[in-house]
Amino acid sequence: MNLFFTRRGKKENTEPLKAAWEDQITSQSPKTCPACGQASPADQWHKRGQVCPKCGYHAPIGAYYRLSFLLDPGSFQELDRDLLPADPLDFPGYPQKLSDLEQSTGMMEAAVSALGSIEGHRAVFAVLDSSFLMGSMGTAVGEKITRAAETAQRQRLPLIIFAASGGARMQEGILSLMQMAKTAAAIQRFQSARGLYISCLTHPTTGGVTASFASLGDVMLSEPGALIGFAGPRVIEQTIHEKLPAGFQRAEYLLEHGFLDQVVPREQWRSVLGQILSLHEKGGR
Amino acid sequence: MSVYTPEQKVKLARYPGRPGTADYIQNLFTDFFEQRGDRQCRDDSSILGGVARFHGRPVTVIGHRKGRTMEEKLRFNFGMPGPEGYRKAQRLMRQAEKFGRPIITFIDTPGAYPGRDAEERGQGEAIAQCLALMSSLTVPVVAVVIGEGGSGGALALGVANRVLMLENAVYSVLSPEGFASILWKDASRSGEACSVMKLTAQDLRSSGVVQAVLKEPEGGAHTDPQAVYRTVDAALRRELAALGRVNKRSLARQRYQLFRSMGQDLHPARGAAV
Ligand SMILES: [Zn+2]
Repeated sequence: MNLFFTRRGKKENTEPLKAAWEDQITSQSPKTCPACGQASPADQWHKRGQVCPKCGYHAPIGAYYRLSFLLDPGSFQELDRDLLPADPLDFPGYPQKLSDLEQSTGMMEAAVSALGSIEGHRAVFAVLDSSFLMGSMGTAVGEKITRAAETAQRQRLPLIIFAASGGARMQEGILSLMQMAKTAAAIQRFQSARGLYISCLTHPTTGGVTASFASLGDVMLSEPGALIGFAGPRVIEQTIHEKLPAGFQRAEYLLEHGFLDQVVPREQWRSVLGQILSLHEKGGR
Repeated sequence: MSVYTPEQKVKLARYPGRPGTADYIQNLFTDFFEQRGDRQCRDDSSILGGVARFHGRPVTVIGHRKGRTMEEKLRFNFGMPGPEGYRKAQRLMRQAEKFGRPIITFIDTPGAYPGRDAEERGQGEAIAQCLALMSSLTVPVVAVVIGEGGSGGALALGVANRVLMLENAVYSVLSPEGFASILWKDASRSGEACSVMKLTAQDLRSSGVVQAVLKEPEGGAHTDPQAVYRTVDAALRRELAALGRVNKRSLARQRYQLFRSMGQDLHPARGAAV
């Protein structure tokens, strides 16, 4: 099953992608909010991009779904779709796990990269998807992010990355760790060439992704309530033997501690990113 | 070469009697001048660094410090740096760049500290900035994995032109205990994790993550530290001499390419670019 058949190099309308994703989740209607516990009809959730109509809780969403409401209709042009996962450790059960995930999510990896535009401003996009092995970064995800930065540099376009990740992908071992250095170096190189990189952190962004490309944005943004950190809360609690306060490592907490420029509600991404892109527009950078 | 299993190597790499960063600095360098503090909030003593002479020539040397006695271990936080440690390292690297000094790093940490203060002050950001900065330096950088290379906290000092590794050192995406508990929900299967993680110097040499393996005495580095110092000294001399013949731009480019290529052969570039 491949929900998102695309022809490479062709611009396309993202509406079918959005519809396919919504089809997958409408079975859960009406949907109970894990934050406030109240149930609302699925179409109400859809209308707000999977944000709880009652309390504003931002549910995790898939990469294609995000792109479908982020980009100008008809501007989506996927990059490196045929970049598939590898198994450098010959890790027991990993290939099977990958093919099961492809069946259940319609994704072949945890990242989607694309050319597209927001309010007419062109940019290179990469979006991580937490439904695929927690959005973890193995060699394919690292390669995709790196190529996205290289494409942005070559085409003199801004780079916008939405992170959502549990960190480095354990199943690919040390080479996953090395993707941190590889992506950070690619971002650094892109920025030295005066490229604009906007890093958008969504729930959850942790581990090796936080400690590499996701923390290096010229502009750092996040969705409300997103968990953002290097170590996960459970590991910290085990280390310091105390309970962490409510709101620890959440987007609002990072904003207060100086690590974010702004927290952006889901419905405002297009206008906020459009504004930043417009403010940096000068020869397309 | 010795015949230790990966699990035995993890034990050797962590053995408290094994020479650490402070020992290498004392035995391989002269005129060491320690530089402390991140100039923002504190000094993190789990990272030891400063300027010293290596065979007469000023270099910047930076490494993780674990400590040997319990008192030292507590003071150096068991070699687990917080963001201040990584920001101190960045400060020292920027100075090395400014004054054209080669940089030598010694890697020996279970990982970056997973604590509340560390998170509050941006552990992830501090490591990310280390990676980005190291990738762009125009001075020679040589890293030596001397003990335990644990996760992003180790890599933060590891973006070098040449990464050397002692024969019984280990370097991995996470500790074997962490790996087992994430993948199998069972930290007690760490022995099994050691054998699938490909974390030994020999494994990493074949995957291209390290460029040279340095021989240890029979029984491990702690059995004859002087022999290990001679080996590491000779290797560093050789690497610095070779890198000394490369111009600044090529040094940055070569280092970039080294890390750019990691895992790349698993994903061959497509013919038609968009
Ligand atoms: Zn709610």
